[in-house]
Amino acid sequence: MACNLPKEGVFINFPESPAIMKFKFATALTGLLAGLALLTSVPAQADDSLSAVMAKKSISLGIATDFPPYGFMGPDFKPQGLDVAVAQLIADKLGVKAEMTPVSTPNRIPYLQTRKIDLIVSALGKNAERAKVIDFSVAYAPFYQAIFGPKSLSIKSYQDLSGKSIAVTRGTIQDDILQQVAPPTLKIQRFEDDSATVAAFVSQQTQLLATGAAVAGVAIQKNPQVQAEYKLLLKDSPNFIGARQGEKALLDKVNEILRQAKADGTLNSYAQRWLGRGLGDLPE
Amino acid sequence: MSLDFLVVLAQWPMLLKGLALTVLLTAIAAPVGSGLGIACAWARLHGPSWLRVLVGSYVELIRNTPFIIQLFFIFFGLPALGVKLSAETASILAMVLNLGAYACEIVRAGIESTPPGQIEAAKSLALNRWQIFFRVVLPPSLARVWPALVSQIIIVMLGSAVCGQISTEEISYAANLISSRTFRSMESYILVTLVYLGFAVLLRQTLNWAGPRFIFGR
Repeated sequence: MACNLPKEGVFINFPESPAIMKFKFATALTGLLAGLALLTSVPAQADDSLSAVMAKKSISLGIATDFPPYGFMGPDFKPQGLDVAVAQLIADKLGVKAEMTPVSTPNRIPYLQTRKIDLIVSALGKNAERAKVIDFSVAYAPFYQAIFGPKSLSIKSYQDLSGKSIAVTRGTIQDDILQQVAPPTLKIQRFEDDSATVAAFVSQQTQLLATGAAVAGVAIQKNPQVQAEYKLLLKDSPNFIGARQGEKALLDKVNEILRQAKADGTLNSYAQRWLGRGLGDLPE
Repeated sequence: MSLDFLVVLAQWPMLLKGLALTVLLTAIAAPVGSGLGIACAWARLHGPSWLRVLVGSYVELIRNTPFIIQLFFIFFGLPALGVKLSAETASILAMVLNLGAYACEIVRAGIESTPPGQIEAAKSLALNRWQIFFRVVLPPSLARVWPALVSQIIIVMLGSAVCGQISTEEISYAANLISSRTFRSMESYILVTLVYLGFAVLLRQTLNWAGPRFIFGR
C-alpha cells in the first residue's frame, strides 16, 4: 500500500473544533496587545536613573587613562587629569563613591549602553551621529587645537608669530587655520604626521608647535626640558559628559552640578590647572 | 574618474619653487658628493690603515641603512648633540653623505680597473703620486664608470623627494601640499612624476655631455 503520510518537515494542519480555535485566537490577540503595551509603555526606570545611583551609593564613570591632560595615569598609578577631576566632582556632589573605569574611544559608548558605566567623562565631543544614541550634558571643558611654545617666548596674538618657525602636521585643521591667520613671515614647516611634527618641536628645529590639546599634552609631559606651554588658541571644540538615552533625572542632576561648578569657578580652576588656560566660551 | 589638472596647475608658483629647490639640492649635492666619493676611493686604496678603516665604516654604514633614516638622524637626532641644521642644510648634508658612500665604491671600481701598465708608464716618466692619480688614473677611471656614477646621481636626485618629510619645500612637498588642499592627489602626483621624469632625462643628457667635455676627455 502506498504511504499516504506526508514527508518529514511538512506542517500538518489538523482540523479543530470552533471552540478551540476561538480560544487560540483570543490568547494570540491578548499576547499581541500585551506585547504592544510593553513596547509603547514609558519605562519607569528612566527616572529611576538618579535614584538607582543613590541606592547603590556609587557611580561608575568612564574615563580615559592614556589621554593627557584630560585623563592619564599619574606616577602613583592613580588616574588624574581634567576629566578625572570633573568625574570626581560629580560623584562628590552626588554624595556617592566614584568608580573610575578606564574606557577607550571605540568602547566608551557601548560600555555606556550596556550599563558597564553610568556616565562618559573622557574628552567626549558632541556630534549628530553620537546624539542619536546617547544624551549629552552641557559642556564642561574646552578641547582645542592651539599653538604651544617654550616659556621664554611670548606669544599673545597672531602678530607675535612673525619671524618665528612653527611645526604643524600637513592637512590638519591647525594647518588650515594657520594658513588663514598667520602673518606671512611665519615659517610654517609641515610634516607628514603628528610624531614627526612633535619630534621637530621637541628637537627644537622649530620654535613653536601647532597641534591638538591631547597630542601637545603627551609631548609636553614627555619632554619637560623644552619647558613648553599653551600659547594661543586656534580652534575650540569642547568636552561633554555622555549619559544613556532617556536617563533624564541623572542628566539633569549632572547638568545642575556642572552649571554650579561653572558659576563658582571650579571648572575654570580645573582648566587653568590642567590646560593652562581658562574655560573660554563653553556652549550649553 | 575625471582629472582636473587646471586646479593643480593653478598652484604653479608653489610647484616652480619646489622644482627650483630640487634643482638646487641636486646642483650642490652632485659635485660635492662625487668629490667626497673620489676622496674616499683614494683613501680606501692609498690611505693609511686607520683612514681605510674609518672610510670603510662610513661607506658600509651609509650603504646599509635607508636614506630616510640617515635624513631623520641628521635632522631630528643631531640637535640632541647640539648641532641644529635647517631642513635644507640637513637635506643637502644627507644627500652628500649618501652619494659620497656610493660614489666611493663606484669610483674605486674604476680606479682598480686601471691597467697596471698605465701606472708603470707614468712612473717611468717621473710623474709624482698626485700627478699620476689626477692625470693618469682618475680621468680614464671616471670615463669607465661614468654611466654608473650618473645613475647614482640621478638616484640621489630622485631621493631628494624624501627630504619633504623634514619639511624641505622641494617639489614632492609641494605636490603633497597641493593634493591635501585640493584633494586632487592623482593629478598632483601625475604632474610631479612627469616633472621628475623630465628632469632626470635632462640631467642624464647634461652629465653625459659634460663628462667627456670637461672631466675626462673624449
